Amino acid sequence: MSGTLLACDGLSMRFGGLVALNQLSLSVNQGEILGLIGPNGSGKTTFFNVITGIYQASEGRVDYRGHDLAKMSAQEIYRAGVTRTFQRSRLCLPLSIFDNLMIGNHRRLDHGLWFNLIRRDAFRRQFDEQYAEALALVRTFSKPLAERLFEAAGNVNMIDRRRIEICRALISQPTLLLLDEPSAGMTHEETRELMDDILIVREHMPGLSVIIIEHEMNVIERITERCIVLNFGQKICEGPYAAVAADPQVQEAYLGTE
Amino acid sequence: MKRLLAPASAFPALASMAGITLFCVLFLHAESQEAVMGLTVGAVVALFLLARFGWNARAAASFAGNSGAGQASVLVGVLIVAAAFYDQHFPLLMLTTVLLYIVVCLGLNLQFGYAGVVNFAGAAFFGIGCYTAAVLTEHTALPHLLVVLAGGVMAAAIGSLLILPVLRTYGHYAALVTIAFGILFRVFIEVNDALGGPQGMKLPGMEIFGWKLNEGYAFGDSELSFYANYLLLALVMAAVAFMLVRRLERSWIGLALDAVRLDETACAAFGIDVARWKITAFTLGNFLIGLAGSVYAMMTGFVAPNAFTFGDSLILVSIVILGGIGNPWGLTVAAAIVLMLPEKLQFIQEYRLLLYSGLVILILLFRPGGLMPRQVRNYLPGWKP
Repeated sequence: MSGTLLACDGLSMRFGGLVALNQLSLSVNQGEILGLIGPNGSGKTTFFNVITGIYQASEGRVDYRGHDLAKMSAQEIYRAGVTRTFQRSRLCLPLSIFDNLMIGNHRRLDHGLWFNLIRRDAFRRQFDEQYAEALALVRTFSKPLAERLFEAAGNVNMIDRRRIEICRALISQPTLLLLDEPSAGMTHEETRELMDDILIVREHMPGLSVIIIEHEMNVIERITERCIVLNFGQKICEGPYAAVAADPQVQEAYLGTE
Repeated sequence: MKRLLAPASAFPALASMAGITLFCVLFLHAESQEAVMGLTVGAVVALFLLARFGWNARAAASFAGNSGAGQASVLVGVLIVAAAFYDQHFPLLMLTTVLLYIVVCLGLNLQFGYAGVVNFAGAAFFGIGCYTAAVLTEHTALPHLLVVLAGGVMAAAIGSLLILPVLRTYGHYAALVTIAFGILFRVFIEVNDALGGPQGMKLPGMEIFGWKLNEGYAFGDSELSFYANYLLLALVMAAVAFMLVRRLERSWIGLALDAVRLDETACAAFGIDVARWKITAFTLGNFLIGLAGSVYAMMTGFVAPNAFTFGDSLILVSIVILGGIGNPWGLTVAAAIVLMLPEKLQFIQEYRLLLYSGLVILILLFRPGGLMPRQVRNYLPGWKP
């Protein structure tokens, strides 16, 4: 599959005098994994927050399947098929793993009072369907974790929490998945395992596009097809990882000048 | 496979309920302060010993595995205790009050146990139900069943005035909004002559389809107290409210409410409408509180502003915290303890606010889940993965 899924044009985000995103233009192709890299404070997470509607862009537009995400609320954007994980894990730890997955599945669940309180048979059918789906999805990541769906999410270790978060973002079958530093707080070995999982998921969902923010360069090298480098809210370089890593501007942004 | 295991035996649940029922009869029967004190200490010691031998966990598992039989045994237990005191006003009044307070606390539990909307004006919403009943019975001939309903609707409607400030504030500030509302309500009633001012208002007894709830029944030499009528009504209300709140918790709505309480940003990212669910929980909760209020007012036949102080709101909140935030069974047990203990142990009466606040602090420090901590959600009773 090819063609552009998401295209930003002149996207800016200002917090008072601070310019977090400065006239950013970039595009994401259907089915690709795009790496978003750049030094701390270069605007990567802000970019995610703007296109998921958590921040309202100061100017510019974000075309996504005929919608302008910059003008939509977070809820509408989620319903249009854009989901994300957070840099600092945002699971609801007292709730069960299954509950956490179902939070991500919100748009496909029936929330009517009558349905939930009175029509318990219909509810039971929907529950059974969703449970089977959640079980299948978690199994592609980790079989032992799939056995523990009704344990509190706070009981599992860091890599499993990341897996839950990624499953929560995937269960509603999005077209665009945003991963905000999935390796944060994990060992190299755990990171490698998680990246294997992501590549497997991609085989199962070929139309899915992914944007991944990451500081682990070997992760970027291994799973992305294309990278975009941000610095001070601007795009400074774009291309395959090898080309980007060799770019003098990028080296300067990361290492500074003499 | 767990599915193939034999279901948990119903015996521990039924035996526990039999024990609790017997204890309640003895406790309500005890006259002297020494006897009451002895029973209280005995119960605490017995609970610790039973926990030592793993009985409590077995009983809990048995209740979970036989929810139908477990719930029926609770209803039967209440009826047995009521039957033991069929001709005495005071114990039946106390039991009925506990049942109505359970309805109130179920409402509060919806609000801050699930959706995280704090409400320190529980007594005020209860009062709205009471005064709605008083005004409607005095000025109209509305059937009393509709009066009760109107009490709930009125509490929910007046509560909707608070929605905007409650949605815009968080944590302590939202608490302050409700505290202010509670105090405002009481002052408003006190200075309002149409509502009886500080003297309050009188209400007639309830009558549903010709069933006069304020009339006892004579048989032989003794007479069934008229409070038995109210007890039956309150028992039905508590059972229905309990079932509804339980179903709500075990549904996608319950999940959405929990998500709203725990992480609003994550909610927004997954399309969960925070305002919608806060409003739903707040309104439904106030409806339940008002409903209980209007029945309570008609039972006691009298309402006055003094019954709806901030202190009363605090007692309601402490019941939910003591029982275990989010657990309807917990608040049921806590309501019984918090309301009955000071009535029987007179010396507590004066210090009860002090005692409760101390107890709440201890619980929050050492057992934040309450007496019966909430478990992870089980959507379908008896279902196992």
